[in-house]
Amino acid sequence: MKISQTSIRRRKTMNAVLLGSTLVATALATIPLIWIIVEVISRGLPALTPEFFTQSYMPLTRGGGGVLHAILGSFVLIGIASAISIPIALFAAIYAAQHPNTTLGLVIRFSTDVMSGLPSIVVGLFVYTLFVSGNGYSALAGGVALAIMMLPIVLRTTEEMLKLVPRAMREGSLGLGAPEWKTMFSVMLPAALSGILTGILLAVARVSGEAAPLLLTAQGSNFLSTSLGEPIAALPLVMFKYAIDPSPARNSQAWAIALVILAIVFALNLGARLLARNRH
Amino acid sequence: MTPAKKQTTFERVFAHGDLLYRILLVASAVALIALIAGVGIMLWQASGAARASAGAGFITGERWNPSGGVFGALPFIAGTLLTSLIAVLIAVPFGLAIAIFLAELCPPALRRPIGTMIELLAAVPSVVYGLWGIFVFIPNFVKPIGNFLMNTFGAALPVFGGPFFGPSIFAAGVILAVMIIPTITSISRDVFLAIPSAQREASFGLGATQSETILRVLVPYGLSGILGAVILGLGRALGETMAVTMTIGNVSQMPSSILNAGYTMSSVIANEWGEASSPVYSSALLEIGLLLFVVSLLLNLFARALVWSVSRRNPEQRS
Repeated sequence: MKISQTSIRRRKTMNAVLLGSTLVATALATIPLIWIIVEVISRGLPALTPEFFTQSYMPLTRGGGGVLHAILGSFVLIGIASAISIPIALFAAIYAAQHPNTTLGLVIRFSTDVMSGLPSIVVGLFVYTLFVSGNGYSALAGGVALAIMMLPIVLRTTEEMLKLVPRAMREGSLGLGAPEWKTMFSVMLPAALSGILTGILLAVARVSGEAAPLLLTAQGSNFLSTSLGEPIAALPLVMFKYAIDPSPARNSQAWAIALVILAIVFALNLGARLLARNRH
Repeated sequence: MTPAKKQTTFERVFAHGDLLYRILLVASAVALIALIAGVGIMLWQASGAARASAGAGFITGERWNPSGGVFGALPFIAGTLLTSLIAVLIAVPFGLAIAIFLAELCPPALRRPIGTMIELLAAVPSVVYGLWGIFVFIPNFVKPIGNFLMNTFGAALPVFGGPFFGPSIFAAGVILAVMIIPTITSISRDVFLAIPSAQREASFGLGATQSETILRVLVPYGLSGILGAVILGLGRALGETMAVTMTIGNVSQMPSSILNAGYTMSSVIANEWGEASSPVYSSALLEIGLLLFVVSLLLNLFARALVWSVSRRNPEQRS
């Protein structure tokens, strides 16, 4: 049988074109990332003055001040969110990992999937109806909203990590007479610790740039505050406000906040990756 | 042998502390489920006033005039659908091509760094995309392209008609595309990696080129998983808030062209929440949230089912 040479050449050309185009697509997709990083650094650095970190809000007529109130607020909000979400996520993940095929176990996995797909603004609306419509905007409501965003991330990584712990370790501990809770807290969780920390770091990274749910819960504030019952500022909220402000001075502060947020988020993400890699 | 000490009821029930431990486990699991149900119930209740006043006209009405008590959310629904459609049309070819590159072609040493770069795109917060959109992307990229589209095709095709100022459905759609490329990439890459090597080897053995193998063997094999990846990307685009709010122009009119300014369901909530002075007004915004919740719930379930159907078929996975 004679094989047509032109057909083979056409197929080879087609192959090269298609494979080449995947390379081009990959290269193009990295452009926005590099572009954003370059702009955020070049526009944000000039506004990163010492006052930016040491002063709270001031009107522009008095120098504009800094974002200390928002840095403090973000810490408070993320602290509340971690305190609420990590224990619930750990316990639910332990249940799902140990009883994967029970009804409750399946329902946990299903709810986790649903929660990770919830639009952040819907989370904000939900927490608003739950807390804010009665008691007013507060740091606590903002923390609860962020906790709902963190839950599925911590839960899923913890569940995966617990499943990787060898059965023999669990059985050995139970066989020595240790109760189940002691087996979990002194054998299983330590073995899975670095993986769980990875999940927590990723979850914190995710919520530290989140503004939409906070608009409807923590609301934002110009004052330095740590009170849980009062509205509180957060870096992403202040950044949003300054980004749409007509004043160029506020705009450049928004770029500086973007630089701070991006640095935190990337550091957390890369830290989580390093931690995950060291396990293997 | 001494007789075993008789246990009190308290000791038996809390033996070893395991009962307390189990109660905590089950309580957390139940809290999770209650949370999901709670979102639906609370939004349904809180949007009661709007449902009573607007009825079904809420979804079909084209006019949104809160001070006049007229609540028609169609412009926002249209804005959400259009921005998401643009995002998916751009992101699917890119996401698939990158997934194929990472799973099938990339040298193993480069796989991790390139994969990390693509995933960092997903880590950039929505507000940062918005800021970049306002000051960099719209003036330097969207404006020239939008003006070109309007001047070249605008007269013949109404979808590219004016007025065009920069912030637009088009701008928001392109930024959403960048934001959902990592979602589509990482899930479909995992789908490709889950396809057994025998499929590739059989195809190569029959003399197929690599691109023929990918297009005619691997893509059909993983199709449902890839579809799942696309739908998860779509779900993310539908609910995305801050970046869209900052780049779409925020005008509550029925858009006639993708170059017009508009509103999406999530951006109208974020932008008008502070102004919602009357109970009916905020109830109407809550009803938009309820719609968003239902749509994203359904999309997620569908997508998860598709992705699961692939991963269940092949438990063993290359890495």
